[in-house]
Amino acid sequence: MVSGPWTPPAQARTGAARLGVLALQGDVREHSRALAALGVQVVEVRRPSDLGALDGLVLPGGESTTIGRLLRVFELLEPLRDAIAAGLPVFGSCAGMILLARDVLDGRPGQPLLGGLDVVVRRNAFGRQVDSFEAEIDITGVAGGPVRAVFIRAPWVEKIGDEVEVLGRVGDRIVAVRQAGVLATAFHPELTGDGRIHELFVGMVEDARGMRAVRGTQGVQGVRGISAQGVSMQGTGGRQERGQVRGTA
Amino acid sequence: MSEGLTAAEPASRGHGPDHGSVPTATLPGAAGAADGAHVGTARVKRGMAEMLKGGVIMDVVTAEQARIAEEAGAVAVMALERVPADIRAQGGVSRMSDPEMIESIIEAVSIPVMAKARIGHFVEAQVLQELGVDYVDESEVLTPADPHHHIDKWRFTVPFVCGATNLGEALRRIGEGAAMIRSKGEAGTGEVSNAVVHMRTIRAEIARLSALPGDELFAAAKELRAPYELVAEVARLGALPVVLFTAGGIATPADAALMMQLGADGVFVGSGIFKSGDPARRARAIVEATTMYAHPDVIAKVSRGLGEAMVGINVSDLAPADRFADRGW
Repeated sequence: MVSGPWTPPAQARTGAARLGVLALQGDVREHSRALAALGVQVVEVRRPSDLGALDGLVLPGGESTTIGRLLRVFELLEPLRDAIAAGLPVFGSCAGMILLARDVLDGRPGQPLLGGLDVVVRRNAFGRQVDSFEAEIDITGVAGGPVRAVFIRAPWVEKIGDEVEVLGRVGDRIVAVRQAGVLATAFHPELTGDGRIHELFVGMVEDARGMRAVRGTQGVQGVRGISAQGVSMQGTGGRQERGQVRGTA
Repeated sequence: MSEGLTAAEPASRGHGPDHGSVPTATLPGAAGAADGAHVGTARVKRGMAEMLKGGVIMDVVTAEQARIAEEAGAVAVMALERVPADIRAQGGVSRMSDPEMIESIIEAVSIPVMAKARIGHFVEAQVLQELGVDYVDESEVLTPADPHHHIDKWRFTVPFVCGATNLGEALRRIGEGAAMIRSKGEAGTGEVSNAVVHMRTIRAEIARLSALPGDELFAAAKELRAPYELVAEVARLGALPVVLFTAGGIATPADAALMMQLGADGVFVGSGIFKSGDPARRARAIVEATTMYAHPDVIAKVSRGLGEAMVGINVSDLAPADRFADRGW
């Protein structure tokens, strides 16, 4: 097979977190590159067998109706829903944000979603491609000044649940949110070469791993991500630290 | 390809010489834009194509076909009046589609809608931008309007995709502002060989540039008849600074996977779907094979029982005047 112009560096840090990038369609390569630059292991996820031993997952930008359909066809929809519901840390940009939503407005009827975020998003809310734009916005929890945010036929968040923290807005529209281990942006940090949003997510993943390791030997022995034990530990152990994160953010 | 975007985005090249500053637009609806929001930047245009990667863009001639394409998992549709196979069969001058037909397709689907303008016909492109089309294909499949000049694509907010048969042609189009490149292949034939040749040629020429010492890139730019800055950028990146799709003759799931394994970022399918026996099923199969291009077990599974493929034309049987790939300069 001819490979693309970019291949992940072989040397992730020893013991580094293992992050999946959902690779059914979209700007997979840009997310993989942004993560690899932070020294984590990156694996592309196309089939259920790729899901083992993940510490976190990124849902890339792309066409949400296409990705949703392929999730169903390749039998990833249910395993991913379960993993996210059980606490697997996830970051979604644009289409990824739509997939994480509880509900979508202006979607295709019956468009499959993964859920995980208690939000309702409006698809293509900022308009068609001629309305796509970039702008500087401040993101809560990201130091060092505003982020250059690229919005492409982008959604916005129209409603949020009580557990959801708003991290960023354009005008009065919500475009970045976090709920426990789930992070979502309506824009594409993977397109700018500014790794701070990915860094924020990797920090969330490391926090979740740390909690598992602290709570028992299973974590140290490598029970990770979506395995039943790892998840249950995360579910019980995560509360306090999540509360602290939310309090300081 | 973030480095590419940053590098290829000097203000001087961002827009046509007559257009001066970066367009700053008020955002639509109740968005209440942040101050200093910019539309139509190179990053926004090229970024749109990045989002289409790994996907299939399908030619459609009616709203009903557009819905079938969306249902099958197309990442976008190309709205046109006649698919290339019919343009070949019927002959005559081929032009931009009726705005009413394009609007009906925009209305019918929620995914991006592309449409074709004739090479050099910047007014057709203005009309398509006005209609809210998401990408304009300045296409050799239509009858060229200008035998010397392509459209100055920097002047537009809407992004453009252009065909190329080799690296020099791709870089000339990018120099004119194209935000996405596709192989030309030989549209409307159902024969994939030209797309293969174009993709291999572009990739081989990129590999060659990457291996050249810096002081030989000036002569390389001259040979390629391409802007030096872009040649140097390609040499540095080992890739085009924009997304590279394939088009022209893809008719089966295996064709799509072949082009992906040869390095395409995604696939345009023109006549191959709606000129086949069971379009919905073939559309789904090509989408699935494009995603799983490196998994022959999946390609084998989705290729079963698809019914008749489009009746092909051997490219070698075409008279030179009937070769669309030779259009464009």
